[in-house]
Amino acid sequence: MTLLTGWGRTAPTPARLSRPRSVEEAAALLRAATGRGAVARGLGRSYGDAAQNSGGVVLDCTALTSSWAHDPATGLVTASAGMSLHDLMTELLPRGWFVPVTPGTRHVTVGGAVAADVHGKNHHVDSSFGAHVRSLTLLTADGTLRALTPDDELFWATVGGMGLTGVVVEATFACVPVETSRMWVDVERTRDLDETLEVMTATDDRYRYTVAWIDLLARGGRMGRSVLTRGDHARRDELPVRMRRDPLAFAPRPRLAAPPWVPGGLLNRATVGAFNATWYGKAPAARRGLVQGIAPFFHPLDGVAHWNRMYGSRGFVQYQFVVPFGAEETLRRVVERLSNAGVVSFLTVLKRFGRGTPGMLSFPMPGWTLALDIPVGQRGLAEMLTVFDEWVAAAGGRLYLAKDSRMPASMMAGTYPRLDEWRAIRDRADPEGVFRSDLARRLCL
Amino acid sequence: MKNALGSVDTVLLLGGRSEIGLAIVERLVRAGARRVMLAARGGTAPVDRLRKLGAEVHLADFDAARPETHAALIEDAATRLGDLDVVIPAFGVLGRQAVYDADPVAAARDVAVNFGGHVSIGLAAARRLREQGHGTLVVLSSVAGVRVRKANFVYGSAKAGLDGFAQGLADSLHGSGARVVVVRPGFVIGRMTEGMSPAPMSVTVDTVADAVIDGLRSGRRTVWVPARLRPVFAVMRVLPQAVWRRLPR
Repeated sequence: MTLLTGWGRTAPTPARLSRPRSVEEAAALLRAATGRGAVARGLGRSYGDAAQNSGGVVLDCTALTSSWAHDPATGLVTASAGMSLHDLMTELLPRGWFVPVTPGTRHVTVGGAVAADVHGKNHHVDSSFGAHVRSLTLLTADGTLRALTPDDELFWATVGGMGLTGVVVEATFACVPVETSRMWVDVERTRDLDETLEVMTATDDRYRYTVAWIDLLARGGRMGRSVLTRGDHARRDELPVRMRRDPLAFAPRPRLAAPPWVPGGLLNRATVGAFNATWYGKAPAARRGLVQGIAPFFHPLDGVAHWNRMYGSRGFVQYQFVVPFGAEETLRRVVERLSNAGVVSFLTVLKRFGRGTPGMLSFPMPGWTLALDIPVGQRGLAEMLTVFDEWVAAAGGRLYLAKDSRMPASMMAGTYPRLDEWRAIRDRADPEGVFRSDLARRLCL
Repeated sequence: MKNALGSVDTVLLLGGRSEIGLAIVERLVRAGARRVMLAARGGTAPVDRLRKLGAEVHLADFDAARPETHAALIEDAATRLGDLDVVIPAFGVLGRQAVYDADPVAAARDVAVNFGGHVSIGLAAARRLREQGHGTLVVLSSVAGVRVRKANFVYGSAKAGLDGFAQGLADSLHGSGARVVVVRPGFVIGRMTEGMSPAPMSVTVDTVADAVIDGLRSGRRTVWVPARLRPVFAVMRVLPQAVWRRLPR
């Protein structure tokens, strides 16, 4: 048995962890799974318990990397599910292509990107990962392989289905052509939350990629002050001359690694407050046309390997919710409450979502999404998040399953209106209930 | 499943009318537990309060003195509740030593409940927790068992046995994902001790329940209530027998 946690390093549970090297091996492991069931795991970037299965089998799918192919005529990429977006970028960028969607880390697998229907800074124009998938191959509980397309209901139960319909073993998705591996970025500071929302509403659509980082520790008149980072892939002629020789270079390396043992409490009000003030202060009031690499623009945290250790041994929770446009008041109340309570959230990110996918358990919907990182152990945290749950549910919003590690089952049932439809399809694909995870148990999926 | 902030979904209380047991369950429900089973003799227990708090409450017939039924009860609980997150055997009898002196059969019967019943239900629960890879067994021991006194040595010896059993079980579950929390309260003012004059450092049912919740959160293995009984008993344990024997109660 191996103790597993998600990226937030909370609530560890033991499982029999196997690393199949082929689809056949994975099928054999599924057939041998006992009553506690099995679930696939990729690079372990879900924050909560989505890829944990207490007392059961967990399939580490990171060795399912046997094949990938790219068709430059159509831009379609077919990749084994264990391949990471990092590996894909390394292959694709020199050829002048980029993945359709990347979350805040490129260390996720293709299978995980499908199962969580991940989103990125381009959600407001490009939707989530599932919107770009043309077909996928699913290993179901009976050990058979099913080829699925967006015309199949099982396809949309699998996109965002958190691995509970089967093991995604391959996916074909559309990539985007790029001239360079650099980003052309505008940075802008806002004074408070109102201005942040205003600027984003008015001008987000001019950019393919946008995000706002909020300084949650700023209070009073500066509450909700933010740094907006927005941009697009740079064209070749936008690069400084010295970069034009090798415009598609891509070789990011983590420069730092957090040590295995970090004392709890390192990220506290004082340190995070100082960081926030510096971060906000060093951002230019308005700067146009900054040229940035893919890694610092999309994946700043990947620069520190094992950055999740910085929260100490008790770990941290991510709270990411979406509320529809029109529910700005809910957003404001949450930010106000957090700001007044002095809650330490190291990275608070606000983003506008565009259209969702037909994924039945897919998270994004048109509206505002706010993501918080909060160290475990702050007094009153559980109660405060319970209050937020009520506000979010009342506003017609919901929480992101790939981040969740604490919502009650009632919140899930009340905020994912297509849950029963999803269950019916899942039950047909997996009548014996082979696919199980701690998340599924906790949320009574 | 226990979530990232320590709240649980399911609770099984054995001795479903126990004051301490119900106080612990109520706290767990307030913190988010949604499915509860109260197991008691005759299958009756107070459910209203817990239901009002939003819990789905199941009832089961449970007799601590019939160990042959215990494994089936645990299975039934798991079927109705799902994975068992917290299991609390809170049944017990506190008889008077003078009565036991006169009625050895009654003494043996109570020891069978206070020790034997906990052994069979504890082992049955442990098997389930080990299989599911998570969950906590709360064992309500007592300082009476830390060093047995002449004033209640039948009760005390059963608690001593239970405490030893719980320690061993905790070690055997180490690494399985499941755990045991051993609770050692001093004199608890409540229904069970009605009519008795409280000992020094006595505590209320609520204090014990709060301490148990703390213990569940913190991951501690032994919980003394109040906490200062721990150093007190470090001394008590090494008092010369001649002194210990003369203690008034």
